[in-house]
Amino acid sequence: MIRRLFVVLLLFGLAMVFSGLMAGYSPDEVLNLSARYYAEHTAQDIGAANIVTAIIVTFRGLDTLGEVTVLFLTAAIVGLVLSHGRREGRGSGRELPPAGELLTTGTRLLVPLILLLGAYVFVNGHLTPGGGFQGGAILASAILLLLLTDPLRRISHRLITAIESTAGLVFVGIGLLGIVLAGGFLDNRILPIGSLGELFSAGAIPIIYSFIGLKVGAEFSSMLAHLSETEDL
Amino acid sequence: MTLLIAMSLLLSITIVAAALLAIRGSQSLAISILAAGLVSLLASVQFLLLAAPDVAMTEAAIGSGLTTFLFFFVLGRVRGGEHD
Repeated sequence: MIRRLFVVLLLFGLAMVFSGLMAGYSPDEVLNLSARYYAEHTAQDIGAANIVTAIIVTFRGLDTLGEVTVLFLTAAIVGLVLSHGRREGRGSGRELPPAGELLTTGTRLLVPLILLLGAYVFVNGHLTPGGGFQGGAILASAILLLLLTDPLRRISHRLITAIESTAGLVFVGIGLLGIVLAGGFLDNRILPIGSLGELFSAGAIPIIYSFIGLKVGAEFSSMLAHLSETEDL
Repeated sequence: MTLLIAMSLLLSITIVAAALLAIRGSQSLAISILAAGLVSLLASVQFLLLAAPDVAMTEAAIGSGLTTFLFFFVLGRVRGGEHD
């Protein structure tokens, strides 16, 4: 009884907070100071058509390095926790029923297309919405489809680790090159900026975002592979 | 403009309904997981209506795609443990 009363009180308090926010809300007529800076300077300074990507990779590149590190730590911890019950070799467990014809054929058809879409999303991150994180998640969903079709399939952890660490090193290396050749860490102007809206423009942004995409995809894939390997404990 | 607002309102109501379906744990957990995935999917449409396509893509790929299947993986493992 008291618990229910407490819940009602809590909901009432939340409603008060949110209605206060709603009542005091007035939409901005003009962009605020930092937003206006980004909107005016992105095209000429960075050369990226997608302002969000310019902010994520260049203006706030250090934060992105932090995000990627957090994701790496998560993948490492998942691997550490789940590596105990791992079973070596395939087919050692109980017999699984074969995947349906629909899933098998659909996987064969869709996996190359999904991989292509993921690569498209992160290569074009500086032109269209999307980028490394989204593209990496799409790549990992292709791996997920493969694992759904054949849960006993083993994906080489050595390959995933190699992709992941190479991409991380290249990301930090390009960032350090920015200190030497341009204005600071992760400055994208180590390569010519080019003309706005072309694939090879915006300096190092397409390269950095491609490697972020590979890194994120490898991290998600390693998590999925670990989960799938310990599924039949 | 009014059409946009009407669509957002309809979406919000559907999101709340799906969230209620997800937290009512009395029925099967699979339905809860699917409803949670539906919340993410509709939220990504809401982000798209609010002119944030980058966030919408992240929400659709991670929140609605990977997380839902992650929950199903874990659910399968937990169910397997019950029989041992």
